[in-house]
Amino acid sequence: MGESGVGKSTLLNLIAGLDVADAGEIKIDGGDLSAMSDDQRTILRRDRIGFVFQAFHILPHLTLAQNAALPVLLSGGGEAQGLSRARALLAAVGLEGRSGSYPSELSGGEMQRVAIARALIHRPALILADEPTGNLDPESAEKVLTLFAQQTRDARAAAVIVTHSDRVAAIADRSLVLTAQGLILRGQ
Amino acid sequence: MVLGEWRAHPARVILAAAAIAIGVALGFAVYLVNRSALETFAKAIDTVSGTADLQVHSVTAAGFDEGLYPTLAQIPGVAAASPVLELNAHTAAGASLTVLGLDVLRAAAVTPGLVGQGAHSFDGQAAYLSQAAMTALGAKAGSPVTLTAVGHSAVFTVAGSLPGAGEDQAIVVIDIADAQWRFGLLGRLQRVDLKFGAGTSTQAVQAAITRALPPDAQIVTQRQESHRSDALSRAYRVNLEMLAMVALMTGGFLVYSGQSLSVARRRPQFALLRVLGLSQRHLILQIVIEGAAGGLAGGLIGVAAGTGFATLALALFGGDLGGGYFQGARPHLAFAPGAGLVFLLLGLIAALAGALWPALEAARSRPAVALKNADLGIDPRRKPPLVAALVLLMIGGALAFAPPIGGLPLLGYGSMAAILAGGIALMPALARAILGPARRLAGDAPATRLAFDRLYGAPGQAAVALCGIVASVSLMAAMGIMVASFRGSVDDWLGQILPADLYMRLPDLEAGGFDPAAQDRLAHAPGVATIEFRKVLTLRLAPDQPPAALNVVPIDPTAPQRAVPLISTVSPLPAGETAVWASEPMARLYHLKPGHAVTVPLGGQPRRLYVRGIWRDYARQFGALAIGDTDYVRLTGDRFRSQVAVTLAPGADPLRTVAALRAVAPPGIVADMTFTESKSLRAMALKIFDRSFAVTYALETIAIGIGLASVAATFSAQTLARTREFGMLRHVGALKRQIVVMLALEGALLGAVGALAGLSLGAVLGQILIQVINPQSFNWSMDTRWPMGLLLSLFVVLVAASAGTAVLSGRSALSSSTIRAVREDW
Repeated sequence: MGESGVGKSTLLNLIAGLDVADAGEIKIDGGDLSAMSDDQRTILRRDRIGFVFQAFHILPHLTLAQNAALPVLLSGGGEAQGLSRARALLAAVGLEGRSGSYPSELSGGEMQRVAIARALIHRPALILADEPTGNLDPESAEKVLTLFAQQTRDARAAAVIVTHSDRVAAIADRSLVLTAQGLILRGQ
Repeated sequence: MVLGEWRAHPARVILAAAAIAIGVALGFAVYLVNRSALETFAKAIDTVSGTADLQVHSVTAAGFDEGLYPTLAQIPGVAAASPVLELNAHTAAGASLTVLGLDVLRAAAVTPGLVGQGAHSFDGQAAYLSQAAMTALGAKAGSPVTLTAVGHSAVFTVAGSLPGAGEDQAIVVIDIADAQWRFGLLGRLQRVDLKFGAGTSTQAVQAAITRALPPDAQIVTQRQESHRSDALSRAYRVNLEMLAMVALMTGGFLVYSGQSLSVARRRPQFALLRVLGLSQRHLILQIVIEGAAGGLAGGLIGVAAGTGFATLALALFGGDLGGGYFQGARPHLAFAPGAGLVFLLLGLIAALAGALWPALEAARSRPAVALKNADLGIDPRRKPPLVAALVLLMIGGALAFAPPIGGLPLLGYGSMAAILAGGIALMPALARAILGPARRLAGDAPATRLAFDRLYGAPGQAAVALCGIVASVSLMAAMGIMVASFRGSVDDWLGQILPADLYMRLPDLEAGGFDPAAQDRLAHAPGVATIEFRKVLTLRLAPDQPPAALNVVPIDPTAPQRAVPLISTVSPLPAGETAVWASEPMARLYHLKPGHAVTVPLGGQPRRLYVRGIWRDYARQFGALAIGDTDYVRLTGDRFRSQVAVTLAPGADPLRTVAALRAVAPPGIVADMTFTESKSLRAMALKIFDRSFAVTYALETIAIGIGLASVAATFSAQTLARTREFGMLRHVGALKRQIVVMLALEGALLGAVGALAGLSLGAVLGQILIQVINPQSFNWSMDTRWPMGLLLSLFVVLVAASAGTAVLSGRSALSSSTIRAVREDW
């Protein structure tokens, strides 16, 4: 959590390896990001990290299953295998039987569920979420949050969520606030 | 908002305006050239005909008996009659002029504009020259000038000028009696100009005149004369005008593609405006105005540019734009502000039509949905529109079989437009049809899969990007196929009609030439293996048609195809009939078939000739009849010939043979004899051919250039619109090079589908040009040939340009702004 403009998104970018820090180091799973090339960071991102965005960013010209299987497809993994796992995950997030539909038929809440499936399909170690319920109505937000928490825990993954919402922060094990002086525990 | 959009995306707006500008410029330029040429021609007709109410013309250039003149002068209602000798003459330098032999006193009453001004009006040697004639001859008052016509040369003295003549007309007026004597036409006239008395009934007088006419004379009115000259190049000019209209249509497509994209990209903005209170109608209006503004700018530039093109074209190519129909005079530009306004409106309409469809689409979308889903409104479930496309194609197919209107293939062009529009509308469905199976075969590489999925899922987008370029490519392909077929057919035909080694013709000869004794001497000249003598006469068979020709040719009745290149079956000759062979244009124009009869005035009498077959002729667009030499002599007794075809003996030197032929030629003609080798004749004919089509090719290349630039602009715009998509892909783990490969593949696939569509359409349109437009315009046919080199290069250029553009525009997609784009800020 933190004020607007304090650098929460930048922090997320650095963790994801999309940006390089001017000073300091970031280590994921023992590997130092600053020593890696762009391609290496991309591969790390592809294999170990999952993303959930505020604006969903589901590709309209792909089916739900194809969208969910995207990280697997990008790494060259078998298409059939990827799609069957995608179908299983879509069922787990409550979109059973709709794997062949297109995003244009979905509501906001449903699209975010597809994004969650996509974030989990490659069994990542870390999930990064940027305002995951920002574009959802309160009812859908509630459902998605519960789902997100459950799935992340089931997958035994770590998650870093950037949010303004207390409700979202409530599902976390730890809440931190980014200030100009650095990260501090919430409530302090 | 309009200006803001333009500031943000100047390239696209400029291209759309440029496309409209080109179409308008071309159309207006061709129109101006037409108008200027016609005006000059009309003035010429006026001058050469003077202001007679009616003319009686001879059917052939040999003229009619001069006894007709007093007969006509005495008909009640004829106030004045002026006898005229009208000859095509040339000087030693090769300049071509019209010589009019007039009786000064008579001419002054009927056609005063033709009376010369200067001293010595009754001097037999006096000649009066128009300004253009003086310039052409480099003569001034008092200097001598030598004129050669119908095989006779005579010297005259320039006595004065013709102030009443048009400044572009090269006319020489001399005394008629002198003309008859010195050019060997004693007792003959080609023309009688008539003026009617005040208050007479034109119809009654005309009827009386008709009754008095012999078969080798006919009535020609002022209107018919200019109609005839107009017809000479009308078809050619109309074809050019139609091409310009098609260029304008391409401009319309480019506007459509640009506006579509721009509107799609701004859906969230429009949704916001709708939420804030902008009504549907206003939204449509705004988008349409954007398109119209571009159209207006383009139209204004087009009118200005068109005037410039026309001036340049008239100076460089003359009034027929290289078609070879008008000789000599370079017409002046006749500015036409009214027409300029019409073309401006046409450009505006094309732009409006292009902008209307995207505007309606934009207004239809629901604001709430558009606000949430910032993507380009893609719904893969939507089937590409098939019905409209198929209907257009069927209409196009039907129109292809329609007959000409007023001698012009207007419905044929309508067919081309409908098929083009239908083919382009079919593009999304075609993309799906090709990409579906191709996708399964393409392999599993992530970039490949993504590229195929995108194109398959959003074929409408693909179609928008390509419709301008498909239109230009298909037209270029169609023209290329037609020209290659035409050129090939002409080349083959030239081989058939020029089998000998050397050819010689005496210029403009209707009477005189080589007498039988001279022919015999020429045949026995050293170096000559075989020699053939021919003659060509002008025939005016119908008053509203340009003159046809009568070719006198030695024909063996058992093997006619050796003399004329036949394209029909040969009909057997009934007993007692005389055979004649009709050229293809003649058959079409005068509705002749093998087995028909045609009446032709020969030897002072109308003769019934029996058409035995049709032959291919690209030389005379208005028809020619070929008659056997023996039949011609039997009917007319005329043994003089003016054209020679020589086959050399093996090992004979062409130059020495020519010298030997000149040595035995009659002295009066030897100066006019020019021999040409058939190789040079063929080369020259093909050069004229290439020159005629050079203008068309230039136009088409420009259209393709605009199309390619438009693809580049559209790709970059579409790529920009997909920034968020690329950002997400980068987040999820796509390597930079994977995205670049994906874009390159998308571009290449798009280019390939577009090229296939364009070339297929081009093949169909080419067949319409060959089977419908050409025969209806020019009355000839041709065999289809495929210019594989051109078609292949078009394919390669299109694929390469599309892939290259996609990659170049994709490089910007890999910058850091892409990463930031996934955030919710716009």
